[in-house]
Amino acid sequence: METLEQIKARIEKSVPLTKLDIIPNECPAGERSLLVEASRAFDVAKFLRDDAQLQLDYCSNVTGIDWPEAKIKTKVKKKVVVEGVENEIEETIETLRSGHLEVVYHLYSMALKHGPVVLRLRTENRADKTHLPSLTPLWRGAEFQEREIYDLYGVIFDGHPDLRRILMWDEFVGHPMRRDYVAPDDFEYEPTPHAEVLDAAKKHYPVEPKAEVKP
Amino acid sequence: MIAAPKSFEVVPKRDASGDAIGELLEVSFGPHHPSTHGVFRMDITLDGEKVVKLKPVFGYLHRNHEKIGENISYLASMPYTDRLDYFCSMTNNWAYALTIEKLAGLAVPERAEYIRVIMAELTRLQNHTSLIGFFVHDMGALGTPLMYAFREREKILDLFEEISGARMMCNYMRFGGVRVDVNDDWIARTKTLVANYGRFLDEFETLLNENEILLARTQGVSPLTKAQAINASITGPMLRAAGVNYDLRKVDKYGFYSRFDFKVPVGETGDLYDRYMIRVLEMRESIKILNQALAGIPAGPIMDSKAKLRGFRPKPGEVYGRVEGPKGELGFYIISDGGPNPYRYRVRPPSFINLTILEDMCLGHKVADVIVILGSVDIVLGEVDR
Repeated sequence: METLEQIKARIEKSVPLTKLDIIPNECPAGERSLLVEASRAFDVAKFLRDDAQLQLDYCSNVTGIDWPEAKIKTKVKKKVVVEGVENEIEETIETLRSGHLEVVYHLYSMALKHGPVVLRLRTENRADKTHLPSLTPLWRGAEFQEREIYDLYGVIFDGHPDLRRILMWDEFVGHPMRRDYVAPDDFEYEPTPHAEVLDAAKKHYPVEPKAEVKP
Repeated sequence: MIAAPKSFEVVPKRDASGDAIGELLEVSFGPHHPSTHGVFRMDITLDGEKVVKLKPVFGYLHRNHEKIGENISYLASMPYTDRLDYFCSMTNNWAYALTIEKLAGLAVPERAEYIRVIMAELTRLQNHTSLIGFFVHDMGALGTPLMYAFREREKILDLFEEISGARMMCNYMRFGGVRVDVNDDWIARTKTLVANYGRFLDEFETLLNENEILLARTQGVSPLTKAQAINASITGPMLRAAGVNYDLRKVDKYGFYSRFDFKVPVGETGDLYDRYMIRVLEMRESIKILNQALAGIPAGPIMDSKAKLRGFRPKPGEVYGRVEGPKGELGFYIISDGGPNPYRYRVRPPSFINLTILEDMCLGHKVADVIVILGSVDIVLGEVDR
């Protein structure tokens, strides 16, 4: 198979106005991935599927990742000359990573038996701009997996034929795979009389005096 | 307060102009129906006995396996992978171990790779055997074939129990090797089992291959084209029954599969009979691999000396690893941030994704065929719902 740089160059030639980035992977055995702008992702994916040299006809794995806003610390080695003596010191640089959700597609070719090409799509933020184009019209195999990402991460796939919750029940609120999700105290699906009964029961018993907390 | 779902409802059937011309029946099939192989529900709309709409409903066994995996250490996920597809815990273990070995750059000793191949192929044998039992059971042959299948499966599970301590939840593999070594006595008994397995398959095939009911219920039912199967990301025996030669043991050549001589059986039409036959033929090939692996297993260590079980922190990076499980491509996608727990832990479950075009396969067929079609997909709900 071609290298990722060659694929990137060919995409930029064939699909106009596309911005692509190669995301490095620190694991030597893992694959680097191609970050695609959301607005052009469908065309890029269509190119990858239909191109005669690639023929990525099989979308194996689709998955979501949550990246909340965070401070990233990177250590940089710097050479400093102090009183004529060269010293190497380590400096920590803090950069702010804006929060976003990410969807990763692993594409293989069954016809030519090669792969994977890893596609990454990023949403603008984690709150209100979580729209991404659905690739289900290209690869039917992404249908349930995109539904699962919608369910567990809250990414909204525009163009998906049947975007509903899949693993959680329809009335569920929230997206449990997000890093900041807090599980409720009680998973009771149907409201039960327990709370009312307990509240009523508390009236019958004296309330324990609260221990004072020193500031 | 949400009303409890009804088990069935009669709705009007309309023609193109919207006039009522009859009645359709909406049936909630499952979740507690024995033929759904677990707790799985299908909302089926029937016109007479014919299926006109089918929507699978998931999540009755959902425990958010992936979230659990992000909150516990790498090694602690290993016993959890047993519970995904509880029929094939050995291949689940292997897929996970293989992915982490790729991430951390661990090498697996030769003996351990041989043991892994033996375990994976034994798993394939028992999974396919019992699947055929269930499949025929779904067609109405209650009892006998399933019990024949379970008799053979139990012999393999005895071997697993002896080596790992558990029949089904084996928790056997580790990053960089396997947990317990096998001894010569175990290998000798496995050889005997494999030698006799061909005879059992002969018997099974004599019973089933030309059985009139099996032929009537399976031949030409729910054929799957190559293009459909590839586009819907179907993997495993279902894909090969549709005529696509794609087996990860040949494509990725993970483990030591390149050392063994075996063929990949491929079907023609992708109907239910092909899916049944592919599994029988795959078992024959597994026996070939087992014979070679059991004869050639070398002596040596079973763990990579660099592997450490405690305080395991792989370097940052991401990796996707996959193996050919008995049900299809089982993949793990792991992102490490250098900490003791994975940042992202994703399972690519084959039987969940194989259900994507269940509706397309069932449309136009009788409701009795839906059960057999679902049986041929080979699902395990522990993996579908995760």
